[in-house]
Amino acid sequence: MSSTRRILMCAPKHFRIEYEINPWMNRRVGSDPDESGRQWQALHDALIALGVTVELMDPVQGLPDLVFTANAGLVYRDLFVSSRFRYGERQGETPIFDRWFADHGFTVEHTPSDHHFEGAGDALFCGETLFAGYRFRSDARTMQWVGDRIGVEVLPLELVDPRYYHLDTCFCPIAPDAAIYFPGAFDEYGRSVLWDRIRSLIEVSAEEAFSFSCNAVVVGRSVVLNEGAPKLAKALERHGYRAIPLKLTEFIKAGGSAKCLTFRLDGEDAALWRSTADRSKAV
Amino acid sequence: MAHTEANPGDSGPIEEIEVRGHIVDSLLLPKILDRILQMGGTFEIRECSIGTRRIDPSRALIAVRAGTADRLDEIVGDLIEHGAWPIHPEDVRSESADVAGAFPEGFYSTTNQPTQVRIGGRWIDVSDQEMDCGITINEAESTARCLPMADVMLGMPIVVGHDGVRVLPMERPRESSPFAFMSSSVSSEKPKAVSLRGVAESIRAMRDAGKKVLLVGGPAIVHTGSAGHVARLIREGWIQTLFAGNALATHDIEQAFFNTSLGVDLEQGEAIEHGHENHLRAINTIRRIGGIRQAVERGRLTSGIMFECIRAGVDVVLAGSIRDDGPLPDVITDTLEAQRAMRAACKDVGFALLIASALHGIATGNLLPASVQVVCVDINPATVTKLADRGTFQTIGMVTDVEPFLRSLALELTGA
Repeated sequence: MSSTRRILMCAPKHFRIEYEINPWMNRRVGSDPDESGRQWQALHDALIALGVTVELMDPVQGLPDLVFTANAGLVYRDLFVSSRFRYGERQGETPIFDRWFADHGFTVEHTPSDHHFEGAGDALFCGETLFAGYRFRSDARTMQWVGDRIGVEVLPLELVDPRYYHLDTCFCPIAPDAAIYFPGAFDEYGRSVLWDRIRSLIEVSAEEAFSFSCNAVVVGRSVVLNEGAPKLAKALERHGYRAIPLKLTEFIKAGGSAKCLTFRLDGEDAALWRSTADRSKAV
Repeated sequence: MAHTEANPGDSGPIEEIEVRGHIVDSLLLPKILDRILQMGGTFEIRECSIGTRRIDPSRALIAVRAGTADRLDEIVGDLIEHGAWPIHPEDVRSESADVAGAFPEGFYSTTNQPTQVRIGGRWIDVSDQEMDCGITINEAESTARCLPMADVMLGMPIVVGHDGVRVLPMERPRESSPFAFMSSSVSSEKPKAVSLRGVAESIRAMRDAGKKVLLVGGPAIVHTGSAGHVARLIREGWIQTLFAGNALATHDIEQAFFNTSLGVDLEQGEAIEHGHENHLRAINTIRRIGGIRQAVERGRLTSGIMFECIRAGVDVVLAGSIRDDGPLPDVITDTLEAQRAMRAACKDVGFALLIASALHGIATGNLLPASVQVVCVDINPATVTKLADRGTFQTIGMVTDVEPFLRSLALELTGA
């Protein structure tokens, strides 16, 4: 495992509910800028306290969802596969992310022009396999394209509940052979694939899934997530993990939580390629 | 028809889709196959290669079939969501006609089955469906229609090749079909009364649906003494369109004038003296008056098939041939012009009754889309099989003498 974990974040200076592109967003409810600032800072500080190196990118006026850096794209070693957002409201983020990744030593690639792909929001490594959510934001076909490009096995999973529109809202790998997930977000085929392929699956209840507890940041044996999931916290403890609950309610109003606010630049802890990359670096 | 118990999976439009990736472990392949069945389609896996290592993608080529084009589009649209992709997404190709009256080389030759072409990514129905034609398209208006070779004008965009063209095979009649009463294409051994009731019911259903009934008749109708039955069917509104040659009209008028057909007295069944002149005299009379309509209007022609047609406003097309006597002034002697007139008169025809007329029957069969029900009645089985062999496969054939058939049909429909 890498000793330095690097995460990209973007401060919520311009974060607002300015449009509605998922069932959580409601412009009439809005968000409190001071409160969202405090909540974001608490997450940032908690990650620093876990030994994470947090890289910051500049907020951009008119791109309120730029705070959700998880949707920038997918990182695999030094390759950055840029997102191709489904909704026009977020498409303006792509050049900003592309520039940042190019400036930071990544090779930037794009999926074909008619292929929707929302990066680490929908594509998550667990072991050597890329688990990929599709239907609401990313296309099943694009996921195969991404798998071909980076040479890994991709298992597309259909998302069936629009509230869990990204895979990272209902599924979170915590180790190469373990993940937390909310079964209600998948159809029977998807659940069968997860049961078949992941040795240790921690099931999240509908109530706790609704508080975005699957949208968690895993740092070693720590899992940073929104508060309101005591049952999951206990289950994690039984598996040797420590839950760190934080209040992230302002971001849930936009359909995102801890995971969405972070982008793991060196690969998620559950991704096996990450440890092999470390080994090759060490030689 | 030969396929009364057709499997629902053996007809309907087909589209080939490809699914690739880790479709086995992700259960995408079984899921896609399940979706096809759940949505009422059927499938055939045409090719399948499974990756040997975990990172190797697999690939399956699946032919998806559904009962209708709309249902197929719905199924394929759903499968695209799951990563499948139609493998022939090309638009139709066309070339401008470089010669008037001829198609460009490599033109697409039509069948009489419903056909669609893909323009701007959308499947468009081809109108005026007819076999042995080309297809001209209007990209700006997203329309396409069948075009006979002779009607090609310089510069018309004509479809070439098979890409972007799909034929939607007609569903074969099932047991619920009005034609289920006969299960072989040529029937000489079936109970005639049952068959006849089926024809009568179809004609009734067609009239109720606001479609036209077309009669294509040969002179045997008059020789066999059936003109009265046909006249009654016309009089009572069961026939809206009549196609024939010079002979049917001439013999009918001869009968009206002289009560003979080719000089044979239709009541006595014997040739009368100088009777062979009668048909020429009949033609001559009509030519002197100027036409059949004029003869009716002047009170000269007062009975028979042609008389009833004029009175009932039936759309009549008389197409000539090389051995025509006269011919009657109403006969169209330019073959291409006659084809155009017949083509125009075929619109909205839902049922065609071809009676004892090999050439006009086949000509009409060529003009009709496969959706039009066709019944061919002839004493000679070869006429019926010839019609089916030329592509009018929807034909139901009855091998029988036409007089008892028409007498019974008139009785069945008019109740008289």
